[in-house]
Amino acid sequence: MKRFTLYFTSLILILYTSSAYSLIKVDITRGNLDPLPIAVSPLHVDIKSETIDGIKSKDLGENISKIIEKNFRSTGLFNPLKKDAFVQKPDIAHLKPRFEDWRLIKAQALVTGKLLIKNDKLKVEFRLWDVTASKEIIALAFTTTPTNWRRVAHIISDKIYERLTGEDGYFDTRIIYVSEAGPKDKRVKKLAIMDQDGANTKYLTLGNELVLTPRFNPANQLVTYLSYFRNLPRVYLLDIETGVQEVVGNFPGMTFAPRFSPDGKKIIMSFAQNGNSDIYTMNLETRNVEKITEHSSIDTSPSYSPDGKYICFNSDRSGLQQIYVMKSDGSNVKRISFGSGLYGTPVWSPRGDLIAFTKVRKGRFYIGVMRADGSGERLLTENFYQEAPSWSPNGRVLVFYRETKSGPKGEGFSAKLWSIDITGYNERKMETETDASDPSWSSLLSK
Amino acid sequence: MTKGFFYSILFHALIITLTIISMPFMMRQPIDLPPIVSVELIQISDKTNIPFAPKARKVIEKVKKEEKRVVSEQAPPAAKAKEKPDRIPLPDKKDEQKKLVKKKQNPEEVKPQIRQSSEFEKKEIIDTNQIAALIDKAKEEKAAQENSSNKLTQSNVKNSFATGLSLSEEDALRAQIFGCWSVPLGLPYDDNLLVRIKLKLKRDGTVLKSEILDHERMNKPNQKFYKILAESALRAVRICQPLKVPPTGYEKWKDIQLNFDPTEMLKG
Repeated sequence: MKRFTLYFTSLILILYTSSAYSLIKVDITRGNLDPLPIAVSPLHVDIKSETIDGIKSKDLGENISKIIEKNFRSTGLFNPLKKDAFVQKPDIAHLKPRFEDWRLIKAQALVTGKLLIKNDKLKVEFRLWDVTASKEIIALAFTTTPTNWRRVAHIISDKIYERLTGEDGYFDTRIIYVSEAGPKDKRVKKLAIMDQDGANTKYLTLGNELVLTPRFNPANQLVTYLSYFRNLPRVYLLDIETGVQEVVGNFPGMTFAPRFSPDGKKIIMSFAQNGNSDIYTMNLETRNVEKITEHSSIDTSPSYSPDGKYICFNSDRSGLQQIYVMKSDGSNVKRISFGSGLYGTPVWSPRGDLIAFTKVRKGRFYIGVMRADGSGERLLTENFYQEAPSWSPNGRVLVFYRETKSGPKGEGFSAKLWSIDITGYNERKMETETDASDPSWSSLLSK
Repeated sequence: MTKGFFYSILFHALIITLTIISMPFMMRQPIDLPPIVSVELIQISDKTNIPFAPKARKVIEKVKKEEKRVVSEQAPPAAKAKEKPDRIPLPDKKDEQKKLVKKKQNPEEVKPQIRQSSEFEKKEIIDTNQIAALIDKAKEEKAAQENSSNKLTQSNVKNSFATGLSLSEEDALRAQIFGCWSVPLGLPYDDNLLVRIKLKLKRDGTVLKSEILDHERMNKPNQKFYKILAESALRAVRICQPLKVPPTGYEKWKDIQLNFDPTEMLKG
């Protein structure tokens, strides 16, 4: 009988488990890439705010929200909603928003905030709300000098971008470039630096010498660039904060295409002697110079991988100019580009996954990306003349320059900075005061 | 001998009665589903669903139209806010805010503030009250996760009988959610990106309760993206509701699991 009970219970168990409803499962493997609708409410300005010379504190809330909106629109990932449609006034910064009102205008995220200027300090507080879930997802406060208000707007943009996309932001950054003016045969070139959105342009050199290829140090205070001295190109270092500049090393020939190593301790560059150029590094502390490539061909445009273990560069050792990757000591050289046409200016992404390059084919210029092993080549944009891509610090956007005919009849020309997403969408012209070339994007200032 | 015979009869009788008792849906099914629907089902799985494609399109269009209408009508009552699925309550913001502000009375630059902001975020992540709950959950769900991830690759082959939704019904639901889901872009290409959400639905397709399975992953330090991904999936469900569910068979689909996985999309 015992055995019977055992059979009986096990039978019941088996039957019950197998007969239970299986849960319906639906796989969602696709979504849309439509920009996320976000409402940026103007920041509420505290009535106790003092006025400060040059800053209209009354408009500051509105202006900060406008910068945030502009940053978001430039990403192509967000759709900042028109303020006319907003149903609640900025003073909601003190309370929980009425989410149903914001859902009505289809906002999925809402930014509110307030600011106060007191004792020469600007205090900004902001909150990001998930409208669909009716909850707050971040809230932060910053205190700074009032003249820094644009940076506060950029930092807020970065925090929101990071929270909603999972990726680091790139708004609190600067771009250094070569500002150009005058006719083509008498072009005046100056080093210029601006915020990522085109504001706060400053000129770093006077324009009496030709400057080329400025590049940021990952630590931000230093820039390396190329300048002509007695008709010979030389690599210089410039401290942005102090304005002090110096020549890197004293080479008998030409040095060019300088770039920092990821830790900022070395400069990697090309050095040409007797018609042959090779890649060298120089340690900035010890001033030790090391030869990395030893080949009869022209090796140039070196760029480190973000971990510093590899270097990509271009070389014509196979006959035509192509992209190669090697270990940082110069061993294990491997060609990675095999498409038709010429490849140049390889730059390793800060994420490490992609290498951006310029490609020339049948007289047209392309900016493209490929994986570090050379697979998955994608050409993002094509034009009459464009080159020198530089990565945004999060490895999602490239800035480059493009020359176009400026007159309607093809007379004259103009050079401007453009940016493009690595998806190949969202190509945008950047605002610069003058013509511009050779851009380099800094890393995040606030990191 | 007679004893054995007796057991055999008892055994058989038991099986029959237990089957009847324990599989009530077999009895209920014809009541729940009108016979016409079941005929339709068979046709779909036999001939594949190509002839139904225009129909499905209509359904999708209908879904979209309704969705538009619904968002304005349905500005849900405040009570809904309480049905939040997230088990990780955010810290009391007001207190946090005050503390933050106090700390920052004289720093000259913005830099130190940013460090403080990360402190703040840390606090948000570590909520000691909920840790125990999370650990328990984690155990049960690991096994379930293994099962489901195996099934996932075959998902498209799954037919109506396995899920309880007909192909066109499932397609309609899937298409509706595709349209609502904005996939966050900063996702790693080589990580497991499966977010499983369990829903409890009302008869009209509105969401009574939503719960993220694999909860514990949200708080892991190197899985920051997972929280963002899970939130985007939840947002999709909320924007989409009421979900496009069949008019009948509520018992079958009142609990439903959505497996969000953008891997295919990112690679393609």
